[in-house]
Amino acid sequence: MKPANAATLFFALLAISVALLLVGSAVGSEGWEPLWSHLWTHADDAQAAAILWGIRVPRSVGAWLAGALLGISGAIAQGVFRNPLADPYLLGSASGAAFGVAICLVVLGLAPMDALGWTSRGVLTISGFAGAMAAVLVTLVLAQGVQHTLRLLLSGVIVGMVFGALAALVMFWQPDIMRTMQAFLLGTTGFLGWDAVALLAIALVVTTVVGIGSSRALDALALGESTAASLGVALTPVRIVLVVAIALATGAAVAQVGLIAFIGLVAPHLMRTLAKPTHRWLLPLSALAGGVLLLAADVLARWLLAPREMPVGVLTAVIGGGYLIRLMHRRPM
Amino acid sequence: MTPALLCTNLRAQLGGVDVLRGIDLALPAGRWTAVVGPNGAGKTTLLKALSQLTPHSGRVEVLGRETRELGARQRARSIAWLGQNEGGAADLLARDVVMLGRIPHQDWLGPATASDREAVQAAMQRTQCWQWRDRPLGQLSGGERQRVLLARALAVGAPVLLMDEPLANLDPPHQADWLAIVRAHVEAGGTAVSVLHEVTMALHADEMVLMDAGRVVHQGACANAATHRALEDVFNQRIAVREVDGQRVALPVHPGSAPR
Repeated sequence: MKPANAATLFFALLAISVALLLVGSAVGSEGWEPLWSHLWTHADDAQAAAILWGIRVPRSVGAWLAGALLGISGAIAQGVFRNPLADPYLLGSASGAAFGVAICLVVLGLAPMDALGWTSRGVLTISGFAGAMAAVLVTLVLAQGVQHTLRLLLSGVIVGMVFGALAALVMFWQPDIMRTMQAFLLGTTGFLGWDAVALLAIALVVTTVVGIGSSRALDALALGESTAASLGVALTPVRIVLVVAIALATGAAVAQVGLIAFIGLVAPHLMRTLAKPTHRWLLPLSALAGGVLLLAADVLARWLLAPREMPVGVLTAVIGGGYLIRLMHRRPM
Repeated sequence: MTPALLCTNLRAQLGGVDVLRGIDLALPAGRWTAVVGPNGAGKTTLLKALSQLTPHSGRVEVLGRETRELGARQRARSIAWLGQNEGGAADLLARDVVMLGRIPHQDWLGPATASDREAVQAAMQRTQCWQWRDRPLGQLSGGERQRVLLARALAVGAPVLLMDEPLANLDPPHQADWLAIVRAHVEAGGTAVSVLHEVTMALHADEMVLMDAGRVVHQGACANAATHRALEDVFNQRIAVREVDGQRVALPVHPGSAPR
């Protein structure tokens, strides 16, 4: 198959994103109910406007942004660790972020997520970032570097389990946070508001700028550490900056939508399969693909069983797991 | 004449084991030097230390300037490196891989310039891989891939070209092509240093450095009989250097027998 043009793919994903945002704002608790047509004729309907602008639009935009963060952090992780399976989830950083969030909820004694304001969400994001950073570092120490795929994966699984257990322990001690944490562990976009959207957007801009700024180094790393160093790439500073960017992206996403599996793994793989791009294109493409995947999953999660809602993390886990199995059979790990 | 590479008391360890044990070496500019020796002699580590790619002690100069004083970018422009079994990059197109060789010449985020594109095309045409420039590296055979990687090293345009096992995966016709490429690089004033296990191919070089147990045991012209004897010695007389049709070849020697 001839690789697709990266620019064409970029604009196609952008168009799909806009279409999905429209669909997302048209799906409510009763399924398909496009309020914009109602508001067109009844502009003074404050309740409809509040549902549209206060709930559905920020939720859809936030879901897209969280997916984009997971997609781009997966692409960076796979590049910097030279490992096709290095996604934020499998490196343990997502569980680390969840643990950070759990600690924060207990320390601050926060109420359920939908009542949070700007400051609390900011603190929650910082906690998620710190937890993600700690988990990635522990994974790397246990794996003694990034060279051995199996060791890295096993370390990621172990760290993920331990941090997950620690988060469960926090819940056990403080049952008050049980409801919020349960939603977190299943992955949900139900708590997203405009403040969360703003935080996610800031994290996405920072991650994208850092990622694209390091794109040549990531390309060079694909040929191995020695070759990258021989081309003048300063490996240690680049790695530190990129690991911080991965932790920021994962921490921000997990703090707002909880544990969403496989988006960070699937989005970059799909883009590489379709377009064979360099990292300058792969990173924005993975962000767009991650946004499209999570928003599509979110719309389906709201729509399929309406008026009941499926946790979106369950849906992405099922779809992503299937993709991973397919991947496993197609290329050696 | 200033040597292309000069090292003094070069020492390196891997996993606590001495791999280079105080090497003093001057590699002439404008010549092709082959580094040969048994497995574990320290050949790859020597090349990596000369390119500042592995921790070491001692002094290394490239074209008269100490490498540690050069910035990473300047060093990258001076020494091109082609590693042994470079892995990965399976999803990058061949021309994008070769373009990586231009990193030392490019601005941080600037796009590839016309001269970058010309250098890439010239390098790919020299290694005869221009025709599959739009194919991903992962879809190429081992030999095709090796030619793309050689083009990547040539695209750097560095005066000194260091290659570790560059003939891996190349069939005999393409090994001959590789010889021609290296010879052209040297005739254009460049310097080539290659670690080779194919002793017969190594005998085509101008100079030979023989290593054993982390030390240089001989350095001399490939045409010299003394180099041939040293070569046989370093492999414990398990090879014999002979002249066939005006070319030097290394023949295997079975224990207890001599080559005819």
